[in-house]
Amino acid sequence: MSILEVRNLYKVFGPSPSRAFTLLEKGASKEEILKKTGNTVGINNASFSVEKQETFVIMGLSGSGKSTVIRCLNRLIEPTRGQVLIDGEDIMKMSKAQLLETRRKKLSMVFQQFALLPHRTVLGNAEYGLELSGVPKQERQQKAMQALEQVGLKGYEQQYPSELSGGMQQRVGLARALANGPEILLMDEAFSALDPLIRTQMQDELLELQATLQKTIIFITHDLDEALKIGDRIAIMKDGEVVQIGTPEQILTKPADEYVRAFVQNVDRTKVITVSAIMRKAPTVALYKEGPKAAIRKMENERMSIIYALDNERKLQGIVTIDDAIRLVRERKDDLTPVVANNIFTTTPDTAIGNLLGTALETSQPIAVLDENGRLAGIVDRASILGELSKTMDEEELPVPLADQLEEESTPNQKED
Amino acid sequence: MEQQLRTMLDIGGWFEIVINWLTANFDGLFDAIRELVNAVLVSFQGILTFPHPYIMVGLFAALAFWRAGIGIGIFTLLGMFLIHIMGFWEVTMDTLALVITSVVIALVIGVPVGILAAKSDLAERIVRPVLDFMQTLPAFVYLIPAVLFFQLGAVPGVIATLIFSLPPAVRLTSLGIRQVPKEIREAATSFGSTPRQMLFKAELPVALPTIMAGVNQTIMLALSMVVIAGMIGAGGLGNEVLKGITQLKIGLGFESGISIVILAIFLDRVTQSLANPKGRKS
Repeated sequence: MSILEVRNLYKVFGPSPSRAFTLLEKGASKEEILKKTGNTVGINNASFSVEKQETFVIMGLSGSGKSTVIRCLNRLIEPTRGQVLIDGEDIMKMSKAQLLETRRKKLSMVFQQFALLPHRTVLGNAEYGLELSGVPKQERQQKAMQALEQVGLKGYEQQYPSELSGGMQQRVGLARALANGPEILLMDEAFSALDPLIRTQMQDELLELQATLQKTIIFITHDLDEALKIGDRIAIMKDGEVVQIGTPEQILTKPADEYVRAFVQNVDRTKVITVSAIMRKAPTVALYKEGPKAAIRKMENERMSIIYALDNERKLQGIVTIDDAIRLVRERKDDLTPVVANNIFTTTPDTAIGNLLGTALETSQPIAVLDENGRLAGIVDRASILGELSKTMDEEELPVPLADQLEEESTPNQKED
Repeated sequence: MEQQLRTMLDIGGWFEIVINWLTANFDGLFDAIRELVNAVLVSFQGILTFPHPYIMVGLFAALAFWRAGIGIGIFTLLGMFLIHIMGFWEVTMDTLALVITSVVIALVIGVPVGILAAKSDLAERIVRPVLDFMQTLPAFVYLIPAVLFFQLGAVPGVIATLIFSLPPAVRLTSLGIRQVPKEIREAATSFGSTPRQMLFKAELPVALPTIMAGVNQTIMLALSMVVIAGMIGAGGLGNEVLKGITQLKIGLGFESGISIVILAIFLDRVTQSLANPKGRKS
């Protein structure tokens, strides 16, 4: 079951939401509704669900409604219509006491401008949430210290926020959120106010932290690169609507509409597309069961000059070339083991393809893709890497055939502008 | 026509009627207030004048040194000693007691009203013109009803001072709370604050520097007013200044004036430092 589910969420800001709804049902646009009724549609029928331990990124430009959505999840903003289910419980139907309890135990939020209390020390800020729930001093300080240690702020407990850099301040914000021990972290543009270098560093640390903590994270950002880097799945919002939900690769490779396509056009695909998206099946031969004849037949079928040799557990041992296999047949030998060569490169399915570029240029053989158990998952060759990268090239910038170029130069006065 | 309108409106006449009615009907209430204020005032006077002046000078200097640094510490030491040498110690302490009493009452009333004005736009709309009225109406004008209600002496002086010095306490409390960043409020809510926790653990502490700036303003206004209150027998340095004016004793006027300035600088620097506690420069 999803830990958090949003169903048909609407938020209308303004004097007469019901009039706006009538128009919305007729399919009026956001601008029309603003003009006719003075209401602003903040969220328009947003639905999504977030799985346990998933990092779910909501991405959109300013005014897309992403910040409104995240504030509806803990009712900092009251949704106009719709359901927000946390562990199957509708937060809209909770009593004041239940809502308080949910905010204290299940959801913690990290803010863009850090929102630290200037009069409290780092430790005082980290224990703030627990203090609100009435946790005894010793216990809450111990938990706060633990959270500070997790974010790398050990030794800074007695400093004041104003004495820390932006990156450090946001670590305090993160520690404050973690100290409560929530199931869900809401991060509202948490790294947007930081310098690019610090931001990248914080993203890396969040990924590391998430690998050990396994929280459910809902992360808001306007930065697509950040979304692609952090998100297990991404929801793209535009004008209050969720336009597409998918994994980073799905968003890049199958954009739902022109808006998303335009958005992802300038992304550095080498950092996002992983090997698993472009690898293909490789011909294999079982080293201890099959001989050179079987290997040759398989290579001929696949039109390949090499084949991948596996042991009994299907672990990759090396390659056999077609020349070696033919030699063995001529010499009437059945054992492939002596000719297995291991002069090939390997990688993993979740490596970004940008990392393969150098190796792909060096070696003529495809790169073998191994899963975490050392089994062969597939292969990637130079052609498929280049093919994937060329998908987003701007057509006007592509190389021009010399013949066309010469022709154009010989008739210079025929342009119409 | 104008004449008729003037007689019909007769604001001054109405004001007198209201004041007379109040004195006639709420005599008991005013007496109670007078007793209460007097009790507070007398205890502050007692505390300030009980120890030997040298001890008090030392304490003031130490306080100034702790809050505002070595320069103001030395200034306070020398200045207060000068006041003692000039023979104004008792009256200066009387004035300080008047100021402290007025300010304490002003804060007890002003801070809650300021909080209310910050929380409710309606309250703000009601409070603002009242404050404008209190601040701009010439002080002498409410000295008269103060005397009518509370008789001559220190108590009407405290009341008049209170009216004059209350507005900045209200205004800056309200301003400070309204200026608390939205994200801090959101953070407080998102971690599960009750309205009470919101006020005491987030809004008031974050607004504290602004509120303390209001306290500083209140103290300075109170000091300027207790001098004027000398005219209705409030005593203290104001009385000495008044003597200097009415009896043309230039020396006396100047010496008491100097004492006021020394007291003012001491109070200002010490309370200003409260607005900038250590470790929270923005």
